[in-house]
Amino acid sequence: MRLSLGNKVTLALLGLVLLAFSVSVTAETPKPVIPEGKGEQCVEPTDEMRKNHMKYIEHQRDLTVHEGIRTKKYSLVECIDCHVVPDDKGEFPQIGSDEHFCSSCHNYASVKVDCFQCHATKPDTKEGYRHSLNDQASHHFSGKSSDKELSQNDIELVTAETQQQ
Amino acid sequence: MTTENKIDTYRRNFVGGAAALAAGVTIAPGVLLSGVAQAKPADKAVDSSVRWGMLINANKCDDCGACVSACNEEHGITGFDRPKTDPQWIRTVKLRDKTTGHVQTLPVMCQHCETAPCADVCPTGASFRREDGIVLVDKHICIGCRYCMMACPYKARSFVHEKLTDQRPYSPRGMGTVESCTMCVHRVDNDEQPACVVACAGEHAEDSAITFGDINDPNSEISQQMMKHGGKQIRGDLGLNTGVRYQGL
Repeated sequence: MRLSLGNKVTLALLGLVLLAFSVSVTAETPKPVIPEGKGEQCVEPTDEMRKNHMKYIEHQRDLTVHEGIRTKKYSLVECIDCHVVPDDKGEFPQIGSDEHFCSSCHNYASVKVDCFQCHATKPDTKEGYRHSLNDQASHHFSGKSSDKELSQNDIELVTAETQQQ
Repeated sequence: MTTENKIDTYRRNFVGGAAALAAGVTIAPGVLLSGVAQAKPADKAVDSSVRWGMLINANKCDDCGACVSACNEEHGITGFDRPKTDPQWIRTVKLRDKTTGHVQTLPVMCQHCETAPCADVCPTGASFRREDGIVLVDKHICIGCRYCMMACPYKARSFVHEKLTDQRPYSPRGMGTVESCTMCVHRVDNDEQPACVVACAGEHAEDSAITFGDINDPNSEISQQMMKHGGKQIRGDLGLNTGVRYQGL
């Protein structure tokens, strides 16, 4: 097949454009946007957690369910407490959405996560209920249930908070 | 540091202080276990030196339903308006003596048997008895076969038929697994009493129908009460040595 000079130029241009496009795509593969958690540092270095978080959680799960060991360091509840943070309106992201810490990466890597078929996907918002069950034990600030005097430390905390407001 | 964080820190200090003091301070009954048993450190495995149990006085139970609603609230148990399949961890059972017409109600939940038939028949080891006597389902291993439900003489277990959302952080529950009363194991490990026990005490003040404690410790309140007035097992003929005992039946 014979091509005219004009056609050759067009083909060459097309080739260049395609090449440039493919190069730009590989250079800018989108990375998952991982929501920031509370605090400075996770319980292990970030690289280690990215690679092995599931091993820590699984090990802890057996210890907790069968032996009643409830240390907080590798507890899934603690993961959620730090890493799932509410948005400006105070609403927590749904599991499965890219805004949820776990699914932001799991969606990206296309790895199914089973934890949340049973486990809570957001921090406990029912704390008030647990207090009402134990109302003889500790109602912070109310003072009605405890005859224990506030320590100097507690007083400092409370007063510092008032000054800030 | 934000205001919220300050409050959190304050809470932690307060709760920590309260726990440290607990051994020496007498708090209103029905709140903390301390005094019944030593608080277990979080990193220590449970062992068979304690056996948690409950003693239910049927004469004091007036069918108020406080225990049932506290259980539902604590574990986030909601129904789908399908009574045949909706999960239920405690129910109140009504007994009527045909001759005298005397009616009694009592709460019935997992009886936390020493030789638990559910754990015997479980093909995967998901149903098990913890060293301290609490019978649980490890839902990570449960395949939902429901043999345990058939084996249980107390009809204490439920199967979750529906997809669940918004579970409580300390009470994971999910579709396709069997569940039952955990004796609020997350509370017990945290040196608190089960939600039903606290709710009953809240409803009936000093005349609570449910006593919780260590039945291995002869000096615990529950052991003392059972020594004086006995503690019957439902279907005692099965010889399961249940952890939940009844008076007034």
